[in-house]
Amino acid sequence: MSEANFKLNRRSFLQAGAVGTMLSAGYSANAFAQSETPHLSDYQPEYFTADEWKFIVAATDRLIPAEGDGPGALDAHVPIFIDRQMAGDFGNAADWYMEGPHDPDAPAELGYQSPLTPAEAYRAGIAELNALCQTEHGAVFAELDKQTKDAVLAALDAGEIKLSSTQGADLFDLLLQNTKEGYFADPMYGGNHEMAAWNHIGFPGARASFREWVGVEKPYPLGPVDISGKRG
Amino acid sequence: MARQEKKRDVVIVGLGWTGSILGMELCNEGLDVLALERGEDRDTVPDWKYPNVADELKYGVRYGFMQKPRNSTLTIRRDLSETALPYRHLGSFLPGDGVGGAGMHWNGHTFRPMAEELELRSYVERNFGADIIPDDMTIQDWGVNYAELEPYFDRFEKIAGISGKAGNLNGETVEGGNPFEAPRSSDYPMPPLDQTVDSNKFADAARKMGYHPYPRPAANASRAYTNPYGMQLGPCNFCGFCERYGCLNYSKSSPQTCILDALKRKPNFEYRTNAEVLKVELASDGKTAKGVTYVDANGEEVFQPADLVILAAYQLHNVHLMLLSGIGQPYNPRTGEGVTGKNYAYQTNGGTALFFKDIDFNPFVGAGSNGHVIDDFAINQIDFAAEGFIGGSYISSGTFNGQPIRSMRLPAGTPKWGAGWKSAIKEWYGHSMSIGSHGSNMSYQSNYLDLDPTYKDKHGRPLMRMTFNWKDNDIRMTQFMKGRIEELAKSMNPDIMQSGYKSKGAMYDVRPYQTTHNVGGAIMGSEPNKSALNRYLQSWDVHNVFVMGASAFPQNIQYNPTGTVGALAYWAVDAIRKDYLPNPRPLV
Repeated sequence: MSEANFKLNRRSFLQAGAVGTMLSAGYSANAFAQSETPHLSDYQPEYFTADEWKFIVAATDRLIPAEGDGPGALDAHVPIFIDRQMAGDFGNAADWYMEGPHDPDAPAELGYQSPLTPAEAYRAGIAELNALCQTEHGAVFAELDKQTKDAVLAALDAGEIKLSSTQGADLFDLLLQNTKEGYFADPMYGGNHEMAAWNHIGFPGARASFREWVGVEKPYPLGPVDISGKRG
Repeated sequence: MARQEKKRDVVIVGLGWTGSILGMELCNEGLDVLALERGEDRDTVPDWKYPNVADELKYGVRYGFMQKPRNSTLTIRRDLSETALPYRHLGSFLPGDGVGGAGMHWNGHTFRPMAEELELRSYVERNFGADIIPDDMTIQDWGVNYAELEPYFDRFEKIAGISGKAGNLNGETVEGGNPFEAPRSSDYPMPPLDQTVDSNKFADAARKMGYHPYPRPAANASRAYTNPYGMQLGPCNFCGFCERYGCLNYSKSSPQTCILDALKRKPNFEYRTNAEVLKVELASDGKTAKGVTYVDANGEEVFQPADLVILAAYQLHNVHLMLLSGIGQPYNPRTGEGVTGKNYAYQTNGGTALFFKDIDFNPFVGAGSNGHVIDDFAINQIDFAAEGFIGGSYISSGTFNGQPIRSMRLPAGTPKWGAGWKSAIKEWYGHSMSIGSHGSNMSYQSNYLDLDPTYKDKHGRPLMRMTFNWKDNDIRMTQFMKGRIEELAKSMNPDIMQSGYKSKGAMYDVRPYQTTHNVGGAIMGSEPNKSALNRYLQSWDVHNVFVMGASAFPQNIQYNPTGTVGALAYWAVDAIRKDYLPNPRPLV
């Protein structure tokens, strides 16, 4: 597309693109209603116990820390996302084949073979890790200093800390995957608060209409929208 | 005692691409057709309307439109000595369920195979000698050749509404298309899609290397289009939510956008959803089927009599149903005897990522079939004897999506978490592209499908068991492609470059997504002791059972399978209409 065409189309795109396509595609009025997103400090976990919640908050805060440019996991409300996931279908392995026999010692390439659901694996793994931190460092994970927390997470990631209670489920992999999901998923799931993670990287969210941008090699100028229609 | 329903002329198992094609063509023949679909009913509205479908977590990550392993899965092992374990959640491949099947959540890459691929064993023997074929490699000819199938490729491309550029029209080479393709009787029904930044840069670099880039044949409409069934597509808007999603824009070819609304209007067509077929019921002599038994939405078993049974489920499920129903002798990997479950194959892919810190790729501007392709290292361009492998790949580049949970490409050595990860995602998101190889996968004596001895499904039936591993031949092929792609990538001067290809000793890993191009297990061919189906996709043993889909591939082609699956469905239904219905019998 030539520069001249680009400018011409750009105006109509800005006028009609984002909002226009939404309205024409069966957008319902109530979808604009603000979802109630409690602040992290006021949030009452649905699944996690108070001790588990402290772990989730402390661990996600180290996996995506506040320091530096861009939101940390707590700014993005990642713990709320993880709690809701554990209370829902994912945490309960609702879609997974969970019939036995289970072989927790199976080769990793054969995939998840634990008899535990993700929610159960979190519960067992957090308790075991906290007990280990208590023994090794004199306090549960959430009460350790940043450097020690990072060292514990790095050891868990590297397999130097092995948790037997999760019966083959990898707590670190689950936690890291769910943390990134909560960072980048649509805000309706509780994380990515105010689309901060999308703004951080320049992902326009649910705009989903880029006809005028095919082959255009310059930064896309518009911020994100979420599925509820809110602009970031 | 199962409830019995009124007898139909035809019962179709599964309402995806091939079920819809067979339904339409057999209804047009005046037959009374019933399709049984195990999943939910689905349509553009409400199931994938905007904005709800633009939800990466629900559909991209949690597989909202895919088969749920709790309801249907299989077990997997890498060799005969390993204990197969259940594929408990999805990873390597993503079968669909529900109306439209995987045809609603694909990307839409719609290739024809090379003529040589359909007669692969003969091609290899003729050109390089039988002695280059490894002893355990069980490749076969398909029993049908390209010239016979050409009209049916053409038909499927016009029904599906494919955007592309011919490279060989009736033997004449056409500039800008694929010069290595077999002759086509007509061009694609729509011109190619416009291309994204990465795709254009790849094509420029490929041309400079003397290669022959062409736009990927796309089941994403580049224009408004009305197909021969009267179904309409609108131009793709590059929404960036294609594979794993239904199309919010009526642009992606699917059973819904290309066939079903027209089919549902026919008075002689009926479909039932949440109707999972458990078994094909055979007559006492085992030479014909009486119908099928299914479980309805209320959990009640139903016997559905029919004169003609079409298995049109996904590749894995067609083979599972045949094994459960006793159609064809089960394959024995130790003796090489038997046919049902034989020659399971997959796809041998790899890729190189290129990072450019000063280029804005805008990766969220994507279409499922966006991209340029070169076939300069395709099956008919390689000297198998000289290179030491049998096979080939197409090489391509073009962004499909920039969804950040899954599509966050970062340089090797970037921390997986912490402050380093957080700064890297800002630095690198939108500043990389990739070049991929999409390669053939040969069939082998020890890669096959049978019934698992231990694990059962929710109906108490044995799960199917997959035995599959990578073999040296295909690894040599993908390593060859690595060399060619890295040369090409280097010529583009990226700031950072990194490759991911299988290397010697690679074990099949079910965890990362690879491709949903599972093939074989109910293969077609010209000899009843070597294939489950004859050249018309008719069971050799049970003549009123025809089996559609990629389960018929004797080994995998280097291309995405759907174009071939569609053409074979039109080829088979033509034989049913013209030859079988007037005189039902084994056609060969």
